[in-house]
This record gives sequence, C-alpha cells and structure tokens, in this order.
Amino acid sequence: MRYNEKELLALSRQPADLAAELGMRAPKKGNVVKRRLVKLVANFLFYFRTDEAEPIGALLLEHCRVTKEESSGFSISFLEDTERKYRFECWSEEQCQEWMAALRRASYEFMRRSLVFYRNEIQKVTGKDPLEQLGISEEARFQLSSLKA
Amino acid sequence: MKLNERSLASYATCNTPADNSGFLYKKGGRHTSYHRRWFVLRGNMLFYFEDQASREPVGVIILEGCTVELVEAAEEFAFAVRFAGTRARTYVLAAESQASMEGWVKALSRASFDYLRLVVRELEQQLAAVRAGGCPPLPRRPRALLSKENGCAVWSTELPTTPMVTNNGSRPGPPPLPPRRRPSVPNEPPDRASFAQLHEWYGQEVRALRDQWLRNRVQP
Repeated sequence: MRYNEKELLALSRQPADLAAELGMRAPKKGNVVKRRLVKLVANFLFYFRTDEAEPIGALLLEHCRVTKEESSGFSISFLEDTERKYRFECWSEEQCQEWMAALRRASYEFMRRSLVFYRNEIQKVTGKDPLEQLGISEEARFQLSSLKA
Repeated sequence: MKLNERSLASYATCNTPADNSGFLYKKGGRHTSYHRRWFVLRGNMLFYFEDQASREPVGVIILEGCTVELVEAAEEFAFAVRFAGTRARTYVLAAESQASMEGWVKALSRASFDYLRLVVRELEQQLAAVRAGGCPPLPRRPRALLSKENGCAVWSTELPTTPMVTNNGSRPGPPPLPPRRRPSVPNEPPDRASFAQLHEWYGQEVRALRDQWLRNRVQP
C-alpha cells in the first residue's frame, strides 16, 4: 500500500504525547527484546533505534487492543489478528499503566466517542449544542447514532 | 519505515460507515493524467481504491498536518491537499460536482487528529464549567499542542463517570462569539490564538477560501 512516508516522518518529529525507552518485541521475531525509543504522536506509535533519528517503524493505533502482560509489560494487537502481538516492557508498573492509558486514548475512534459523549452531556445541561458554535453540528461522524455498541 | 499495513487495510475496509466516500480523480504526478479512484475517509486517513469493489486500498494519504485548498486546474472541481516542507508532495484531486468538492474540502480540512483533539479538549472544559454552575470560561489557549519546541502535551481526557448533578439556579450564558476571521490567513496557526480562532483557521470555511481564491487567483 502506498503512503506519504515523508509526512509520516515529519509527524514522527513532532513533540511526543509520550516517549520513553522501552523493551520491545515485534511479533514473530522470537524472544529477543530490543531496546527501542518509543514515541506516541497523535494516533501513531513510532519506534526508533535509540541512536537513530528516523523511526524503524510506525503503528497506526486504530482498532487495536492494549493488553496487560506480566512484569510491567503490555502488548498491542490489532482486531484482524489478535494473536499477533507487539510486546513492550516498561521499567515499572506505574510506567506501564501510564502507557496503557495513553495508548487507549490515542485513537481517532476514542476521540470521536469522547466528543459525542461531551456534546450530549453539555446538551443535557444547557439545552444547547456546543458544536453549533463551531459549525460542525451536522457532521455525520459526530452524531449520537454513530456510536456503536 | 515499516507500517502495520495489514491493520491499515483492515481499518480501511471495516464495516463502520466512513466519514466520507466517493469517486475522485487523482492526479498521478506532475505530468501524468488523472485516475478515477474510489476514496474512503476514515479519521485522519484518506484511503483510495482501484474501484468501489476492491478489497484492498491502492494507497493512503495520512492527513496529519495538511491544508486543503481550492486550485486552478484544467479539471473542474479541483482541490489540493498540501503538506508543509520542502519537496513535500501536493495531492491534486478533482470531484465530479460542486457539491461533492465542497463536501470533500470540508471533511478533509477537519480530518486531523489534532483538530479533533482540540475540539474534545474544548468540550471537556465547557462541560466542567457548566457542571460547576458558572459561566463557561473563555476558550483557553492550548499550549503544548501548538508549540513546536515544547515536549509532552499535558491534558486530561478522563471521561467523567459519575452522573451529573444539576445545579438548581444559574444557567450559564452562551459562550462568547468567536472573533471575526482575519482577512489574510497566515501559514501557521496564530501562536497565542483562542480556541475559536484556531477552529476558524483549521476549519477553512469553503466560502472564505473561495473568496480568497477569487481575490488572489493563487497558482498551485
């Protein structure tokens, strides 16, 4: 699949929402844990060799599942193949929880659901639609009906 | 750079309704012709397929950091998705009707994750303010999200879980009106702008764009 790599590279250089050196194990690459600089920007997770400026790879964080693993670890897998796991090892349980929470929020889907939630709540309290002022009240992606179970 | 392409393809073709979809003509390169492709917008990813029945996208345009403009081109209903930076590619697309073009320009100019996050942050503050019973605060200047030098964006996205407690008396007044749009749009979002100004900038209302285009006749 073609994609605009230059722009993805530029995104990887943006200020991170969260960044740390973690142990990483790619799926099917055996049990070798590599030390990687892992950087969360928008809904992408970039991973770098610790001494390099360009990422080795990026994971789009849509339709993914973040699971706790043992000893301060977590894994990311995707809906179409939940067995294929990207495993990460943190330095502490605290850091692990921090990353898991951040990754769960780092998707467009999560943001959209949050928006619909807040819109609805504000409307309940004030009787007004906060999106009207922003000129986006008609967008299909922000309607209550777009929320799936 | 490696990318989780299998997941991307799966995201592109999943059952949930897309944010926008339709046929667009895509210009191959600087000197090539247009190809008609089936486009699907999901979040900040613009996928394009050979045709509507294809099971895998030919490609995807990651929309983070782009601007969307009307352009003067041989094709009718043409618009461009532009990225910053030297030698950055500009994607020239053409719709099949005026309405389709306007719909796409609107959808694409508000498709970034950053924009959505700004809106969510704004609503979160509004809700906190109205629950507290007072007037909602003036939109705060988002700091870390816009500053290029700063590190982590610090913001809370915890969804309130407790049921709302209605405050009996005071109803807050309506939020302040956004300031008038400035006549010339700078290249960067104004560094210390209020949220409403930023929304205007990101929003790129089609009418204002068209006015500007008619005035300036900027060449792509």
